[in-house]
Amino acid sequence: MSGGRGSMGPRLDLEKGRVEMVQGSGGRASCQLVEEIFLPAFDNPWLRKEGDQAQLDLSEGRWAMSTDSFVISPVFFPGGDIGSLAVHGTVNDLAMGGALPLYLTAGFVLEEGFPLADLVRIARSMGEAARSCGVSVVAGDTKVVERGKGDGIYINTAGIGRIPPGVNLDPSGIRPGDALLLSGPVGDHGASVLAARENWGLATSLCSDSAPLHGLVGAMVESGPGLVCLRDPTRGGVAATLNEWARLSGLSFEIEEAAIPIRPEVKGVSELLGIDPLYLANEGRLLAVCRPESADTLLGAMRNHPAGREAVSLGRVGRGRPNFPSGCVRMKTLMGGTRTVDWLLGDPLPRIC
Amino acid sequence: MSDLRYLESFRDPELGRSLLASLGTLARRLPRTPVRIMEFCGGHTHAFHRFGLLELLPPEIRMVHGPGCPVCVLPKGRIDAAIDLSLEKGAVLATYGDVLRVPGSHAMTLMKARARGGEIKTVISAMEALALAETHPDRDVVFFAIGFETTTPPTAAVILEAKRRGLRNFSVFANHVLTPSAMEAILSGTSLDGIIGPSHVSTVIGTRPYDFVARIHKVPLVVAGFEPLDILLALRMLLSQIAEGRSEVENEYARAVAPEGNLRSLELISRVFERAPAFEWRGLGLLPQSGLAIREEFGFFDAQRRFSIEVGHVSDPGICECGDILKGVKGPRDCRIFGTICTPDTPVGACMVSAEGACAAVFHYGDREGAVS
Repeated sequence: MSGGRGSMGPRLDLEKGRVEMVQGSGGRASCQLVEEIFLPAFDNPWLRKEGDQAQLDLSEGRWAMSTDSFVISPVFFPGGDIGSLAVHGTVNDLAMGGALPLYLTAGFVLEEGFPLADLVRIARSMGEAARSCGVSVVAGDTKVVERGKGDGIYINTAGIGRIPPGVNLDPSGIRPGDALLLSGPVGDHGASVLAARENWGLATSLCSDSAPLHGLVGAMVESGPGLVCLRDPTRGGVAATLNEWARLSGLSFEIEEAAIPIRPEVKGVSELLGIDPLYLANEGRLLAVCRPESADTLLGAMRNHPAGREAVSLGRVGRGRPNFPSGCVRMKTLMGGTRTVDWLLGDPLPRIC
Repeated sequence: MSDLRYLESFRDPELGRSLLASLGTLARRLPRTPVRIMEFCGGHTHAFHRFGLLELLPPEIRMVHGPGCPVCVLPKGRIDAAIDLSLEKGAVLATYGDVLRVPGSHAMTLMKARARGGEIKTVISAMEALALAETHPDRDVVFFAIGFETTTPPTAAVILEAKRRGLRNFSVFANHVLTPSAMEAILSGTSLDGIIGPSHVSTVIGTRPYDFVARIHKVPLVVAGFEPLDILLALRMLLSQIAEGRSEVENEYARAVAPEGNLRSLELISRVFERAPAFEWRGLGLLPQSGLAIREEFGFFDAQRRFSIEVGHVSDPGICECGDILKGVKGPRDCRIFGTICTPDTPVGACMVSAEGACAAVFHYGDREGAVS
């Protein structure tokens, strides 16, 4: 990293330089990109070996593994960027199984002409996010595609995490009567990305909720028994997660509109775009199903953790009844009526994660 | 953004309950029941379902869905013509997102045409379509313009702007239709006791164009906003009129709608458009003087002239009841294929496609068994 490794020619211009095809060729230029941008950002013993693979000493027991690709536009948004999002996304997917995330890999697809300054900013943000999550980016890959064949930058991360003994979070355990909890306000991420994309000057107070959730999950698991399963409502929002659970469990989910926390700014953006906040993506929230007798304790544990400060009880799991068969989600509206909360109608909102 | 908090005040549950109670009281004073009230706009249909209002109404009120869904009333022949523009005539087609999934003949859609190589872009404004023409100077860019009076002024504005900029490669396939014509057609075939008038359309045309509804057809009409309290208040105004034997045009949405409409927008429309002799509507059929054509003066920007577009008549498939649903003769659940063959993911008719379609509203928000609407 300090430039003492053989001759690489002049250093990259990290302020004004741009990604070039040759940097994805596997030659000296690829190596230089890794040495001058990714190694300093992610620095750890595995990467320093610069091998084809990272060799890990894993303990016995159950491990969770997950992967996710990030194609968000714009790459920088209020509250985060594609780099921190790529770390949080995979960390959270692991955390939803109760796992403690430990190792990540990162794959970059860069478009020819992408500013190196932006790449540095993204790599550093990724490194910082990884360090604050306690995970290491132990292997990576970079490809460059011709101008016009990509959209600046795509990132894939994969990760593994260790599931503590005795933890078994599984939606097949959902039973009628179970309680439904939500860790905080919905739609912050989706609304801020959409507002950033539309370039509205008015939405200044909006901020993505992109954040790691494994700490919160740890606190929930430790609070006692009764936690059944978790999911982070990303693409498709809270509505999609509830519908997935309803379909998987064959039970009905009943929620209260009055209980759903939504920030006024998010409501505003949703109204302007004609989108129900229940369908907006979240990147730092989780939904939990738990036994009814554990709901209060669990809610208390969530509210005692910074990532769950605004947690609420959202509703319950039912058996289904006429006009409201199993496998669907119903909501009592503010006005006092009821309605189905369906999967997203029409085209999903593109490129939000 | 904080000024958007005013929305809360139009969704106040307390006020909602008191309005509902007053509807119950008024309903008992009605000369005959049930009363059939049409919400003309798809936006209102969706609001009824989204806020869960239908089941809260007194049983004396029967809501009937109207044809106010721009995508729904577009006949197949016009979808076919747009597909032809893209695939056969090689134009870059720009249009609003909902239009892409509306089936034309042989279940073909613009979305499928795009998969077959047609260059079709979704835009959220007419101006975006104009911008496409500027960034594709070597291609013919056609804006496939649809909608009631709400979306007509922006279309007129881009035609004027294209002329000002001297754009040679931009034209508009105009499919703009007129709300009062559709109301006339509905009232001559469907018996109604009251109409909730459009929100957005009325911000452009005002309330006066509806006078014939009250005067000639003796049907009360109240223009209403899209919020739950707007809708409940409009219903109360309608029930009062019915109970008192009045038929007038009233305006609940006075915060946005003036009786004379938006004069600048109306001027834009009449500068660029004139009434076409007739326009075919899905469901309502061929209605005289019900659609707009681009004036001769702007003929250069008229895709129909430039590409010699012939719009043919294409019948809807026999099993699809969109036609009767748009007329208010049937409800979505009266259709045999509702929710089985025809769903938002596999729409047979336009009413299931659009975010403003009645079938989509009932499927998306409604009960999963039994009938409510």
